[in-house]
Parts: sequence; C-alpha cells; structure tokens
Amino acid sequence: MVTTINQNAGLDANRPHLKLDHESIALEATGLNLYYGETQALKDISMQIASERVTAFIGPSGCGKSTLLRCFNRMNDLVDTCRIEGCIEIDGEDIYHPSVDVPELRRKVGMVFQKPNPFPKSIYDNIAYGLRLQGVKSKRTLDEVVERSLKKAALWDEVKDRLDDNAFGLSGGQQQRLVIARAIAIEPEIILLDEPCSALDPISTAKVEELIIDLKESYTIVIVTHNMQQAARVSDFTAYMYLGELIEYDDTAKLFTNPSKKATEDYITGRYG
Amino acid sequence: MEEHFHQHISRQFNQELESLRQDVMTMGGLAEQMILDAVNALINGESVRAEQVIENDHQVNEMEKQIDQQCIQILARRQPTASDLRLVMAIIKTVNDIERVGDEAEQIAKMAIRLVSRDRPRNNYREIEAMGSHVRAMIRDALDGFARLEPEVAVQLKRQDEKVDAEYEAILRQYYSYLVEEPRNTSRILDSIWIARSLERIGDHAKNIGEYIVYMVEGKDIRRATAEEIEKSLVDATH
Repeated sequence: MVTTINQNAGLDANRPHLKLDHESIALEATGLNLYYGETQALKDISMQIASERVTAFIGPSGCGKSTLLRCFNRMNDLVDTCRIEGCIEIDGEDIYHPSVDVPELRRKVGMVFQKPNPFPKSIYDNIAYGLRLQGVKSKRTLDEVVERSLKKAALWDEVKDRLDDNAFGLSGGQQQRLVIARAIAIEPEIILLDEPCSALDPISTAKVEELIIDLKESYTIVIVTHNMQQAARVSDFTAYMYLGELIEYDDTAKLFTNPSKKATEDYITGRYG
Repeated sequence: MEEHFHQHISRQFNQELESLRQDVMTMGGLAEQMILDAVNALINGESVRAEQVIENDHQVNEMEKQIDQQCIQILARRQPTASDLRLVMAIIKTVNDIERVGDEAEQIAKMAIRLVSRDRPRNNYREIEAMGSHVRAMIRDALDGFARLEPEVAVQLKRQDEKVDAEYEAILRQYYSYLVEEPRNTSRILDSIWIARSLERIGDHAKNIGEYIVYMVEGKDIRRATAEEIEKSLVDATH
C-alpha cells in the first residue's frame, strides 16, 4: 500500500537533506516510511540521488541501508509483511504508483547482490539472458551487446576466448563483474549494488571498485557497503543511516573529513559500539 | 574533547594517538626550553649552555622524524577519518613548526657563542630578553592549547604575534640607530638583529600552531585570517 504524503515532509532545517543544486537528479525519495509488520525499518527518509554519480549508504547492520536500496526497484514487494508510505520518483514518476510495470522498473533499475549469482549457463548466455527475455533474437545484436557489456564491466579481456564456458568456472571476482555486465546489458539507468565486494578478495575488490568509478560515466550508481573506506574511495556522496533514519547525507569529501553530526563522526572513526 | 581520542573500539589505535600527542608535547617542551637557554646563554655569556642548545636541536630534529613516521603508519594502517584525520594532519604540521623553533633557538645559541667574547651592550640585551620571554610564552600557550584542544588559543596567539612583530620593528629601528652611533660595535649589532629576527620567527611558528589547533578541533582553515575573523568563526561554531 502506498500513500503519497506531504511533499515537504523531511525538508525542515534539522533534516540531513543534501541540496544537490549542481546535479541532475536520478531519483528522489520523499517522506519514505517502511514497516516490516509492526517494526518500522525506515523513518521519514527524504533524499535525492544524483544522476551519473556514485552514492554510498553506510551504517551499522540493521540501520536500513539495504532496505532503502531495495525500495528503489521495489524488491521489498517480495516481502509479505512489508508496508511502504511516501514517494519515490524516478524521472518524475512515482515508482509505487499502481500503474507502474514492475519488471520494466527493474530493467531500468538493475541490482547486484553481495554474493555473485550467475545463472548456471555459459558466460555468453548469462549476458544475453535479459535481451532474449525481451525477445531479441538477432545473433549479431546479441554478440554486440555481450561484447560491449563485458568490456564495460572490464571482463572482456579475461573471458573473450571462453564465452561458451560455464559461468561457474569464473573466480568470485570475475563472477561479480559478470553479474554487473549482465545488469548493464539491458541498459539500465540506475544500478543498485548491495555489498558487491564483501565476498571478494582485495584484488577483485579493487577491480570492482575501479569498475564502479568507470560505470558512473553512463549510469547512476547506488552502493550499500559495510566497508567505510570503500565508500570513501568510490563514492561522490555518502549517506550515513542509523536505526532507520538518514542521519547525515553529504559530499563524501566533506563527510569523511568533517562530518556535521557527532553520530556520523563516531561511526566513521570507529567509536560506535 | 580530550577523551574523544580515547574512545575508539580499537584500543591500540587509542594508544597510538595518545602516544603521538604525548610525543608532540615532549618535543614542544624541549623546544621551549631551548629558547630560554639560548637567550640566557646570550645574556649571561654562557657558551657551555649555548652548546647544550645546539646539542638539543639534534634531539628535536630526531623527534620530528620519529613523529612523522608514527603519523605515516597511522595514515597507512588506520585510514583515519574526520577528527582523527585532522589530528594526524595537525600533528604533522605542528612538529614541522616546532622543529623550526628548534632551528631558530640553535641560531640564537650560535650567535650567543660568538658574542661571549665581545663587549656587552650597556643594557645587556634587555630588549632581546623581553622579546624572548614573550615568544616563549607564546610557544607554551600554543602547546597548552594543543594539549587541551582549545581553538580559542589561536585568537590569543594571533594577537600576541602582532605585538611581537611590532616589538621586532621597534628593535630594528633601535639597532639601526646604534649602527650609526657605534660603528665599532657593528658586528655585535648585526648579530643582535639576527637574534631578534629568530625570535620574531618563533612567534610566527606559535601562531601557526594555533591555526592547526583550530583546524584540528573545528575543521576550519583559518590561515591568513585576522584575529577578529578567527574569533567570529569560533563564536559561530558554538551556536
């Protein structure tokens, strides 16, 4: 159930509302509340996500950062007891409006999870899967998209000679980049990354981080991470969440050198506990 | 605020930061003592004391290297953020200024050794003694402010530095007239000018340390701001 509440909620002076004056806006949440049964997991979140930038969500376990991320492509719809109030707009359209085509929304807003989840198919078929689902049959189109997507995901050179091999034969880091390539193949606008590196070794992590920075040239990236240094390294904007609230949202450079809230400071300096 | 740096989940990190802060205080204390010894060596004509100052400068130099090394380790291994990052940055800059203070004291000590064998002025360097005690107080205030994390000390140091600059100007005018009046003492007067210049520099270093304290505590870069501007920005921060 979705109700659009007072549009100005959350814009009062005490709110950590970052004004993205010089950015174009990919997504805007207004007065967002989310409940799992009786428990409120998100409390009056209002924020804008800048287009073609990397925005990171940080905060301790259970702070609501993954829940918020999942609101952006309605993954929470899959949870029975979940109830959402407020509004999330992408391209000026409320994504929770009953007329919204959810599969189309998820094409536009792709998602990558913590553990790489390639399909038990060849590397090629993994990438082509989404397009085939859309009815694309032309071998030439598919070939082009597979190559382009793998190149964008910085994986092409490593797999171009074995596109027909099973994707499970790739290393964890390669699998994660494959999954990102699969997300890119269907030309999303926004890519949501939920702890994309937490199952990867440092070298693979560094490669995925490089990839994230490359990808923001064409896509809007929102990343949830437990690794604060990762947020500091890859993101343009960082949001610190705690107990379902957006505590502080600012330029990453500012938030990691001189946060305005003591709670943020305590968390990022390791005093939270 | 002081206990703020003892609140990390990592106890080892707490200890590292504490030991850094203590080392800065030790180094600063040593430099402050060197100023006193160098000026007293001049006034009392004690070359042994002056030699000791020159010896101590090696220790100050070594401490700067050792503290920098500790800071580099923290940057590399802890990736400090926010106030922790500012503390480390402020320490790196502060020890650089303290090291320069040591160099200036060493210069004064060298001049004092040269001047031992010469005629002493009638007032026995009273103006140097006064200026020396002013800049030494500034270094002490800067170190206290650093230890207590008090940004207000920056305003005070800025004002004191302006006074010391004026004092230096007055001493220069006085010495220029001596150069004309007492040509046979030219060499001593020129050395005295160098000593006054070293003391004036020490005042600048103390003022710099005040600026780093503001950066460390408030996250504001107030370099080249006037005392009034600094005062205003600190008042704004508390509201």
